[in-house]
Amino acid sequence: MKLELTEEQQMIQALAREFAEKEVQPVAGRLDQEARFPHETVKRMGELGFLGIAVPEAYGGAGADPVAYVLALEEIAKVCASHAVIMSVNNSLYCDPVLKYGTEDQRRKFLTPFASGQKIGCFALTEPQAGSDASNQHTLAVPDGSRYVLNGRKAFVTNGREAAAALVVAQTDAAKGRHGISAFLVEKGTPGFLVPKVEDKLGIRASDTAEFVFEDCRVPAENRLGSEGMGFKIAMSSLDGGRIGIAAQALGIAAGAFERSVAYAKERKAFGVPIGQHQMVQWMLADMATAIDAARLLVWRAATLKGAGQPFGVEASMAKLFASEMAMKVTTDAIQVHGGYGYIKEFQVERYFRDAKITQIYEGTSQIQKLVIARHLLGTQ
Amino acid sequence: MKIVVAVKQVPDTATQVKIGADSKGIDPAGITWIVSPYDEFAVEEALRVKEKRGDGEVVVVTLGPERAKEALRTCLAMGADRAIHLNDPAWEAADSLAVSRALAAVIRQEGPQLVFFGRQAIDDDMGAVSTQVAEFLGWPCASWIMEETVAADASSVRVARQVEGGLEIFDIPLPCVLSAQKGLNEPRYPTLKGIMGAKKKEIRDVKAADLGLGADGPRLSVVALEGLPPRPPGRILSGEPAAAAKELVRSLREDAKAI
Ligand SMILES: Cc1cc2nc3c(=O)[nH]c(=O)nc-3n(C[C@H](O)[C@H](O)[C@H](O)COP(=O)(O)OP(=O)(O)OC[C@H]3O[C@@H](n4cnc5c(N)ncnc54)[C@H](O)[C@@H]3O)c2cc1C
Ligand SMILES: Cc1cc2nc3c(=O)[nH]c(=O)nc-3n(C[C@H](O)[C@H](O)[C@H](O)COP(=O)(O)OP(=O)(O)OC[C@H]3O[C@@H](n4cnc5c(N)ncnc54)[C@H](O)[C@@H]3O)c2cc1C
Repeated sequence: MKLELTEEQQMIQALAREFAEKEVQPVAGRLDQEARFPHETVKRMGELGFLGIAVPEAYGGAGADPVAYVLALEEIAKVCASHAVIMSVNNSLYCDPVLKYGTEDQRRKFLTPFASGQKIGCFALTEPQAGSDASNQHTLAVPDGSRYVLNGRKAFVTNGREAAAALVVAQTDAAKGRHGISAFLVEKGTPGFLVPKVEDKLGIRASDTAEFVFEDCRVPAENRLGSEGMGFKIAMSSLDGGRIGIAAQALGIAAGAFERSVAYAKERKAFGVPIGQHQMVQWMLADMATAIDAARLLVWRAATLKGAGQPFGVEASMAKLFASEMAMKVTTDAIQVHGGYGYIKEFQVERYFRDAKITQIYEGTSQIQKLVIARHLLGTQ
Repeated sequence: MKIVVAVKQVPDTATQVKIGADSKGIDPAGITWIVSPYDEFAVEEALRVKEKRGDGEVVVVTLGPERAKEALRTCLAMGADRAIHLNDPAWEAADSLAVSRALAAVIRQEGPQLVFFGRQAIDDDMGAVSTQVAEFLGWPCASWIMEETVAADASSVRVARQVEGGLEIFDIPLPCVLSAQKGLNEPRYPTLKGIMGAKKKEIRDVKAADLGLGADGPRLSVVALEGLPPRPPGRILSGEPAAAAKELVRSLREDAKAI
């Protein structure tokens, strides 16, 4: 076993760190408070290649690998979890499936501009009644000549307001249940594609989470991704990759809060010594560091397997489950180390605490990850 | 137009430098190495000249141990076309004169029209190499430049260099040597594509013998590195603000003789 990053991976990590600290850090707190989408820095992320990290150069990507992807995500999330999820969704839930399942024409139109960051993409699976129970799709796509007519409602779409196109999952044959689900690439501005609402959230407030409504929205048949009935499989395999991204995001959130805690523990004095000299504070810091490292190893393993073309679904679930639970605990303790100041916005760890929560929920709640892992162990469906 | 940029790998500015056991060098343990920041201005400017002219080649060169390749790869990732690594144990103890002689020799082989340096490396801050190289080559040189414009016919370059209170503007015939001052430009980040493409670009190892140079003992030898004496602890004036202010003024005047 070798735990060594390649020179390229180290350079990409260093680039992500420098970019995050120099360009994202100065704006992160304000974007959070104003719940404002970071157009400028996301454009810069695109120019640098962060929005299509593992997409081949031929399709506008950087041609790097999943390990480079999680390294970059961790560094970005250390500074701002909103930037991290914008990046993760575009890479894992949009570009990845278009690359994997798209035709050459679809890749040219729906991948190249998105991997190179000129446009951003989104992924619309969840519906009001279909969250954890994702196959309970009510959105219908009915064939009509050379088109499909979409009707229905999608909830909680990350990048939903800002995206130029969406990967939309819908039922083409309700009688077949999950085997009657298909996936479509739908352009913004298509008549009948509405974005009536953007949510006001606890955390990741600079990332937009939108509701979609489809009202007799006509989508060209050539925009169907994969064959009819393949949609649920496409969605689930995208989420396998996406979970590695969210695990890396959770890891970064925790690592960012931890770094601030160590610095604070060296500076803040109570009872005549820096609080880091108190054993109970040391205890918290030691536990935080250990849990973060354990999560990092799980994330790296899942990414390495994906990069090697090996099965990685259960490893991705383990990484996501562990990293997101860890991030919640670590950010709670980070506030604790900061005492009263941790509760105050100016000290920023409270933002990490609010941002950590979503990682236990989206792309499969912690309960659903346990379900996936247990099914794998027991060989049940 | 062919442009050579000389770069040096130095400890990261955030590094807490420790003096090594022999007290003649620094302890390399735990150091993160970077391209010296002034050299990044030099690389950036060379890339801009090339981009503006729409053709040309940017060649980066460094003299240093094996690890200095990382610095070259960073420059390649930024967009330089190829790299030359003066990499030979013969140069282990090289002083600035020996480094300059080696760089001048490889620059003579390459025959560029323009050579960029940073104004100084941020590790030993000697700032000697660019002018020494120009002297070896017999080429004109402008140091600490803030602006440059290469003439359309590539016969000369107009540069503005920083002087007390303003800019001094020159026309210099090519080939020439320029050294970059902060403010010349804002260096770009390498892109991910640049990083992934850097491995495919050439880094040529060059030995002293390839340049017709022998082992060249340093003219300048380091006697010792000494740390700064620890700062005496500060003094905190307590008591009533009015009395403390009075004591502060007295102390600044009589003890520190600062006012
Ligand atoms: C900010 C944000 C961004 C999002 N981005 C996207 C996006 O880009 N695209 C997208 O498609 N979706 C997105 N989602 C939706 C997200 O994936 C869902 O919210 C998530 O899957 C949970 O579904 P739900 O909210 O309907 O909760 P429910 O499924 O109603 O779950 C409620 C509770 O019940 C538990 N539960 C449910 N079923 C079981 C079970 N079988 N066993 C044990 N416990 C169970 C859950 O774990 C949870 O604790 C986003 C959500 C948020 C909040
Ligand atoms: C919203 C809010 C409302 C408040 N309201 C009031 C109020 O009305 N009136 C008032 O007087 N105060 C108030 N406070 C102050 C509050 O009581 C203090 O913040 C709290 O006592 C912690 O002190 P501190 O913030 O200075 O943290 P610190 O004392 O600096 O503690 C930092 C960390 O070090 C740990 N630590 C410190 N000493 C030790 C030790 N010896 N051994 C082990 N661990 C140690 C702490 O447990 C903590 O984890 C309020 C604070 C907030 C945030």
